Amino acid sequence: MSGFEAPGEAGSIASVTDRVKPVAIEGGASAVHFLGDTAVFIGTEENATLVAADGTTSTVPLQGGGILSAACDGKRIVTGGDDGKVMLLDASGKAETVTTDAKRRWIDNVALHPDGAVAWSAGKIAYVRAPKGEDKFFEVPSTVGGLAFAPKGLRLAIAHYNGVTLWFPNMAGNAEFLEWAGSHLGVMFSPDNRFLVTAMHEPALHGWRLADSKHMRMTGYPGRVRSMAWTVGGKGLATSGADTVIIWPFASKDGPMGKQPAMLAPLGARVSAVACHPKNDILAAGYSDGTVLLVRMNDGAEILARRNGTPPIAALGWNPGGTLLAFADEDGAGGILPL
Amino acid sequence: MSSTAASKIPVTVLTGYLGAGKTTLLNRILSENHGKKYAVIVNEFGEIGIDNDLIIGADEEVFEMNNGCVCCTVRGDLVRILAGLMKRKGKFDAIIVETTGLADPAPVAQTFFVDEDVQNAARLDAVVTVADAKWLSERLKDAPEAKNQIAFADVIVLNKTDLVSPAELAEVEARIRAINPYAKLHRTERCQVALADVLERGAFDLDRILEIEPAFLEADEHDHHHDHDHHHGHDHHHGHGLKHYHDEDMQSLSLKSDKPLDPAKFMPWLQQLVQTEGGKILRSKGILAFRGDDDRYVFQGVHMMLEGDHQRPWKDDEPRESRVVFIGRDLPEQAIRDGFAKCIAS
Repeated sequence: MSGFEAPGEAGSIASVTDRVKPVAIEGGASAVHFLGDTAVFIGTEENATLVAADGTTSTVPLQGGGILSAACDGKRIVTGGDDGKVMLLDASGKAETVTTDAKRRWIDNVALHPDGAVAWSAGKIAYVRAPKGEDKFFEVPSTVGGLAFAPKGLRLAIAHYNGVTLWFPNMAGNAEFLEWAGSHLGVMFSPDNRFLVTAMHEPALHGWRLADSKHMRMTGYPGRVRSMAWTVGGKGLATSGADTVIIWPFASKDGPMGKQPAMLAPLGARVSAVACHPKNDILAAGYSDGTVLLVRMNDGAEILARRNGTPPIAALGWNPGGTLLAFADEDGAGGILPL
Repeated sequence: MSSTAASKIPVTVLTGYLGAGKTTLLNRILSENHGKKYAVIVNEFGEIGIDNDLIIGADEEVFEMNNGCVCCTVRGDLVRILAGLMKRKGKFDAIIVETTGLADPAPVAQTFFVDEDVQNAARLDAVVTVADAKWLSERLKDAPEAKNQIAFADVIVLNKTDLVSPAELAEVEARIRAINPYAKLHRTERCQVALADVLERGAFDLDRILEIEPAFLEADEHDHHHDHDHHHGHDHHHGHGLKHYHDEDMQSLSLKSDKPLDPAKFMPWLQQLVQTEGGKILRSKGILAFRGDDDRYVFQGVHMMLEGDHQRPWKDDEPRESRVVFIGRDLPEQAIRDGFAKCIAS
């Protein structure tokens, strides 16, 4: 690599770039998840690339076209593709087809429940397959923008235009509707099940306190928020979309209302991906210029994990033990950093 | 802009009222041996007889943006589908978006103005409208959608010309020109138009506004041609010599000045105009000569959304004229003319 400039104050930042084991994902990467200590890079098309702790690399075919969505519960990864298939991958590298859409519609969103349930959506319909029982489906008024299981109970949040529908697949009663004008794309529950947050089509987040459906608007982003991650213990929500990592405080009962977010790791590039360390107050941030930084949350100290000068970072993730960080840019150039 | 524009995937929007021949044109584009691969976003599966794994069904979902502007609508499904298609970059050369017969092209075009992700990946190439020579005149009377599609078009494929008499053809063309004198018009039977005339037009590329100029001239020429048409005597002429039908609320308005404009007056005036009248203005375009500025300034807009840039230095042999065109419904013509006149540098 040539012609780079170190981010921040040139030359003054600690660097661990020499410890990164490079990885190349053919065709480009869209996400990375860990199954144990194996990094699973989800390609933009067709395959997952598994990189084991000892460096052994293998490729597993998943979709017959573009991979549109992926989710991981630590034990399994589910993906959805433009071939209409929902695929499930386990830690041994075995892939199985969960379902094939009868009309080969795109599988835009997927989600996994720790108890084994799988959810996916095609068009306006969200589907759930629980470990026991039949597939259930629920139609919302417009195309599903995002899916997330609640941390407790079998409850699925379905984001769409003008709000989020909370659906209990095992209960016959009406679903609950949380209304907010605009198009809602990503959706997440807080780990303590108290808050629900969506990333909107416009550069903003919207949140609800689930106990009383009280609204929380989180605005000020220059770009759309594409990546969100809860900090350790769910105290804060780290987000992409600005030229710093924006962390909204969720520790109090009112969530971030009336509070300023923390802004860490400013750079002359847009944050494109965030991933929080599973055990410590550390996060990793990937940027639109290819930089990856490790950031200590209490004082904002930064360590350079990857230099700039490439396409945006598209994939970023920690292993469950917090000893490995995996990343890749849109073109598939990536690496694994042991800590 | 041109260097980055070249690397973006061109998107052609194919509109037209029901039965005009959109699918015929689409099938031709997909089946002709041009060495290019198209991804196609359609509203109804099954009508396309071509095997192509890059045909995607869409549910025209028109979303309002949360910015307090009611005419600022985008196609939410398009944002999603384009993002998905970008995962297969390299598998296709261009994208065609077919709208339903009842669709308004504005939300499609506006998606390219407001959505950052869409802008980064793709560029709007042109709005191509297929019109039925036999039925268009009727549809213009009873279907506002048909009118929008004509008003919005960069290219009009006037199809089924074999089903009408020369006089009927002249009448329907005059009606089209009364609404939109600037689009390229091609008369066809069974959509037999050279594909180069509908694809890769660069109609939304600011750098190519220059190449759209002949259509400005063509408009005048065309009008003289059909001055003798048999429409009832109550049409009158605008300053630019175009025919106006009294039953036609959709019209175009062209402004011209050979004296330089004052940018400190023109820019706020234009902003204000599209803010207050943007609901009525479907499209706007202009080439401007500003006082003390050796560069041509070009702009274009869809409803309330505008984009503009310095294009290139004026050539020595080129008259430094400003020309502005609005196409819209019930345009407050006199107010626009007066406002424009006040922008001339004193």
